[in-house]
Amino acid sequence: MNWQNILTVYLKELKDSLRDRRTLISMIVVPTLIMPIIMFGVGTIMTKIMKQAQSETVSVMILGAADSPGVVATLKADRKFRLVPESADYQQLISDKKVRVAVALPAGFEAGLKSGEVQTVSLYYYEGELKSGFGLKAVQDFFTSLKEKTIETRLADRGLPAAVIKPFVIRKQNVAPPEKVGGNAIGGFIPYLIIILCFTGAMYPAMDLTAGEKERGTMETLLCSPVHRINIVVGKFLMVLTASLTTVLLSIVSMGVSAAIGVMYFGGTATSQSATAAMVGKAAEGSSIPLIDPVGLIGVATLVLPVAVFFAAMLLAISLFAKSYKEAQSYISPLIVVVIMPAVIGMLPGVELNAKLALVPILNLSLVCKEMLSGVWHWPYIALIFGSSCLYAAIALGFAVKMFNREDVIFRA
Amino acid sequence: MIEARSLTKTFKDKKRGVITAVNDVSFTCRPGQIYGLLGANGAGKTTTLRLLATLLQPTSGVVRLAGFDAATEANQVRAHVGFLAASTALYGRLTAREMITYFGRLNGLADATIKERLNRLAAELDMRDFLDRRCEKFSTGMKQKTSIARTLIHDPAVMIFDEPTLGLDVMTARSIVKFVRDCRNRGKTVIYSTHVMSEVERLCDVVGIIHDGRLVAEGTLAELQQRFGETDMEEIFVKAVGGEAVLAAALKNQETIP
Repeated sequence: MNWQNILTVYLKELKDSLRDRRTLISMIVVPTLIMPIIMFGVGTIMTKIMKQAQSETVSVMILGAADSPGVVATLKADRKFRLVPESADYQQLISDKKVRVAVALPAGFEAGLKSGEVQTVSLYYYEGELKSGFGLKAVQDFFTSLKEKTIETRLADRGLPAAVIKPFVIRKQNVAPPEKVGGNAIGGFIPYLIIILCFTGAMYPAMDLTAGEKERGTMETLLCSPVHRINIVVGKFLMVLTASLTTVLLSIVSMGVSAAIGVMYFGGTATSQSATAAMVGKAAEGSSIPLIDPVGLIGVATLVLPVAVFFAAMLLAISLFAKSYKEAQSYISPLIVVVIMPAVIGMLPGVELNAKLALVPILNLSLVCKEMLSGVWHWPYIALIFGSSCLYAAIALGFAVKMFNREDVIFRA
Repeated sequence: MIEARSLTKTFKDKKRGVITAVNDVSFTCRPGQIYGLLGANGAGKTTTLRLLATLLQPTSGVVRLAGFDAATEANQVRAHVGFLAASTALYGRLTAREMITYFGRLNGLADATIKERLNRLAAELDMRDFLDRRCEKFSTGMKQKTSIARTLIHDPAVMIFDEPTLGLDVMTARSIVKFVRDCRNRGKTVIYSTHVMSEVERLCDVVGIIHDGRLVAEGTLAELQQRFGETDMEEIFVKAVGGEAVLAAALKNQETIP
């Protein structure tokens, strides 16, 4: 190894790549824009839809209203509801979203409340339709409160205290610190994003520096130089690694900035169910302290490093085998799925780190990041993961060097 | 000086089994001479030259180039070789100056030396107008000039040309031929592969005819004319490889290869 030569190759590849539009897009534009787009694009739309659905008056149709004028009057007085005249095709109207909820009151409902018989109130709604769901909840709340009032009246009539039906009260108390809550909510998401960006950031330069060079006929020119091939591989590898780490770094910075702005922008009102909006919501709920533990982020960055080395070396070796850029793409595109799968499994709730999973590449990173971001540090696992990742990275780098020394790969025609 | 002794190179191919691309080839190229390697497509010219430039390792045999052993001192060999082929392209996103400087550095030259040599080469090759433009926008002639400057930046003792005029227009091809002569006149050892008979006649001091991986005839143009009783290079070539039928068979064999 000659570091002077490695540096020469590296600097040339860096200059060359910075002039390549494809590499620039994947290395700089995508990671910088992806987080703001996810958070503000998806987040804003979701929040808007939610707010709109919640603030809208619910169109309710009462079936069998004639017997129960009191209940109907109370419903009518509630601003949340808008009563729709009774109609036989209520099911069709719900399907057509003209009516959100239909309530079927049994005959003589109000009289039955007084006499004490058990009655059934049927609620018709459209499962899975957001506004119908909100409407159902509002109507349900209304009837639950009516039920409670009826019970209280009945107890009072019999001279019994309200405590008779309330033997105890349940109080929920959260012991997790705010980072832990945040870590669980976003802990799976951050490593997922980092792993994918780490891979895609390395992808284009790796293909360009190997298969691309073969295709353009510069590989042979380069190999004519007296530089030993290992220096060429290491120089190229360092460039691919730079691209990968730049991508990750930019995405983390962009994520931090987006989250900070997101907290101000969304405030505490975000109730979106998407992971990102949830994290913004949590941030707002908790306090102004950053809910992502900065020490956790340093841990993530440290453990991402060997994985980035692994990706860079593997991608370099695989795309070197290809004769052209297109062929390299057809080898590497399916690998995205191979990388995403363990990252997704790591995101699933309930999948916890153990000694065996600590040896599975990518999945181990995903799991340990989730833990570190929520403030849990299992040092033996962390050491095991770092060690095994370094080993995989070394094997991949060795493989790349070996491929460069194989003339049937370099001159594959 | 290039000395090749019993060079043999075999490849493994899934469909055709073991192929002998170069078979027991020996020759010597001396400084101040142009050695022409003449052969049909697929005869083994490119493989032979890649063996000389240490891009490939021989299965057996020895190459000594500028006094260095290709097997044990490959880096030294490459440091003394300028290799120019149709397959040695330029980096499109670099300027001509950056391209040449890059190869100067890879050859271990100091930046001051590179600058001085680059200025001289740019003047000689008349490339000052496009020195700071990106290679991707170049005409074929500009590309060839840049490639020549790239092969000469480290002032190699041995020049290897693999069909350098392939696919070039007449003017560019002529300037290449002139440049090859200049190399000889400066005392460099030159080996030049081609399948164009007229180039051999005009350019080469010694001719080696290669067919099916074997060196079937070797000598000066006069020696070959005398040996085969023909004056025309094309006729000499056909006789040397064993007649038109053999050539046609070799060509057919090539065509059936996927």
